[in-house]
Amino acid sequence: MLRRLLRDFQGDVLAIPGRLLALIFFVVLFFIPLFLQGSSGSYYLRIFIFANMYVIFAVSWDLLSGYTGQLNFGHALFFGVAAYTTALLNIHLGWQPWATIPIGALAGVIAGLIVCLPALRLRGPYLALVTLAFPLILLGIIFAFTDFTGGELGISGLDRISDSRTTDYYISVAVMIVSVMIMWKLTDAGSSIIRTGIVFHAIREDEIAARASGINTIRYKLLAFAVAGFFAGIAGAFHAHFMRIAGPSNLELVLSFQVIIWTVFGGITSIYGPVVGVYILFPLMEFLRAAPEVRYLIFAGIVVIMLLFMPEGIAVWVRDKIERECPRCKLSNMAFRKTCRACNTYLYEHAGD
Amino acid sequence: MVEGIIIQGLIKGGTYALLAVGFSLIFGVARMINLAHTCFYMLAAYGIYYFAKELEMPLAAAVVLSLLATTVIGILTYRLFIDRVREHHVTVMLITLAMAMIFQEFMIMAFSSEPLGTPSFVSGYWTIIGVKVSYQNLLTFGIALAVLVCVWALLSKTRLGVAIRATAQDSEIANLMGINVRRILLITMALAAALAAIAGAVVTPTLTLVPTMWTSPLVMIMAIVVLGGLGSVKGSFIGAFIIGFIEVLVVFLLPGGAFLKGAFALLVMVLILLIRPEGLFGVAFEEERL
Repeated sequence: MLRRLLRDFQGDVLAIPGRLLALIFFVVLFFIPLFLQGSSGSYYLRIFIFANMYVIFAVSWDLLSGYTGQLNFGHALFFGVAAYTTALLNIHLGWQPWATIPIGALAGVIAGLIVCLPALRLRGPYLALVTLAFPLILLGIIFAFTDFTGGELGISGLDRISDSRTTDYYISVAVMIVSVMIMWKLTDAGSSIIRTGIVFHAIREDEIAARASGINTIRYKLLAFAVAGFFAGIAGAFHAHFMRIAGPSNLELVLSFQVIIWTVFGGITSIYGPVVGVYILFPLMEFLRAAPEVRYLIFAGIVVIMLLFMPEGIAVWVRDKIERECPRCKLSNMAFRKTCRACNTYLYEHAGD
Repeated sequence: MVEGIIIQGLIKGGTYALLAVGFSLIFGVARMINLAHTCFYMLAAYGIYYFAKELEMPLAAAVVLSLLATTVIGILTYRLFIDRVREHHVTVMLITLAMAMIFQEFMIMAFSSEPLGTPSFVSGYWTIIGVKVSYQNLLTFGIALAVLVCVWALLSKTRLGVAIRATAQDSEIANLMGINVRRILLITMALAAALAAIAGAVVTPTLTLVPTMWTSPLVMIMAIVVLGGLGSVKGSFIGAFIIGFIEVLVVFLLPGGAFLKGAFALLVMVLILLIRPEGLFGVAFEEERL
């Protein structure tokens, strides 16, 4: 049993450089607090906590827009609705985080289903622009009823999740890994147990063909919106408790665009793309606070250069450099191998000459 | 009050129409959503401020120079950045968004983020049915209308207009018919940038200039263009007046209307799309239909 696990580990993780990198990344995540001590360490840890929340948020956008092809330009809606729900329950009713966060996530699901109603009839740029409208409508309502929602200032003074920064960090890492794993499994097109992955791909590529093949596309679109709303809601609810404030910035256009920039920067339709994107761009933005005048300029410049030279995203670009798919059996191989590790086919056309 | 609503709505709709028609044109021809579109409006406004106030040029010269400069910036943006990734729709949106941020940051560096004011082109007012309308506002509306008529004439009466419309319908077939599609795209981009710049120029005197002034009209014109039907110039023209009137109505009639005007306009857009998913005048292309 143990030996079989070890063999699977060797064959499916160590032999594929991308997965090996992912493993190293997770291991490093667990040891980060050891190297970040003291008050400045606490500040860096805070950045990582928020990065973890934004990872969940960005991956949920990738599931909805990258995989299912429902281009959502108002993803901040799910984040913001969950953050506000959590904050209102926590402040006005005094509920504890373990109760408010799941309810916040459910609010995200409901928001997802509401947005889905027009989404069932629209697609492409129309859908993008309609989804863009929802968080802005809510934002207008929040500014109009300031005594309940706090208006510009938001709702502050939420309960902490735990007393120490390190515990917060480990909670955020655990939530992030579990959420990303679930979404990775849900979108895995090769899975023989869960059908959603291949159906999502089918809906993106050709919805009519998917419907003609007997797939109830409406049900799967609803599912995609609900799942994306749920995980974006989890991210929003945790973010509100870690930040101890829920404000208009959780709903703004900037956040909706930010999540798209992160995902496309890392590599859309790949799950690990948004993870890489957030982990590069979010800390970068925080460190650029040292130079506030040129902060956004550098950020935008990097995004433009990236998109011009690696339009597929940085994670996909790196993967294509270090991995090579076998032309015969479609197995991933390390790029430096000459022949496939399973079927011995030559990986490169003229490798045998 | 009713007169006030009508006149304000017409003026608001006129400026929105100028912005939305350009946005719609570039979407129709190149199938790209240019999020930097309203940035040209912001750049033109700042250009006028710079030429008229800091270099103390005569106003007319400042306006012309600013329009030219903005159009050139538009063409350069297209050639250097957008043209290379035109096939990837999401990438185009992100690049234009990043460009918009870059323009905004440059303006903050050059002019700081303090609000600035420019002088009116003309002073005085005219009383129509009991409402004082400043000549400036009349000029805004008049120019908007005149320019839109010119655009309509260009699109429907000239060979260039036919080429633009042909490219919008099917760029591959247009290419086969001997139309230089790349050149048409460039011309359309220049036209769109110029329209946005004209909109910026005519509203400058009635607004205070801040580097973030491009965001709120951007959302509004996207709502207008979707409402009217993406790529339909007529649709965006009518949509602009619908959204303009809704905004003015909400501001006049509701308490706290200044906060709710955007929300209401967007809500109307969502409702209309629920009834007519392709917008008021949109054409659902066979391969783009659901």
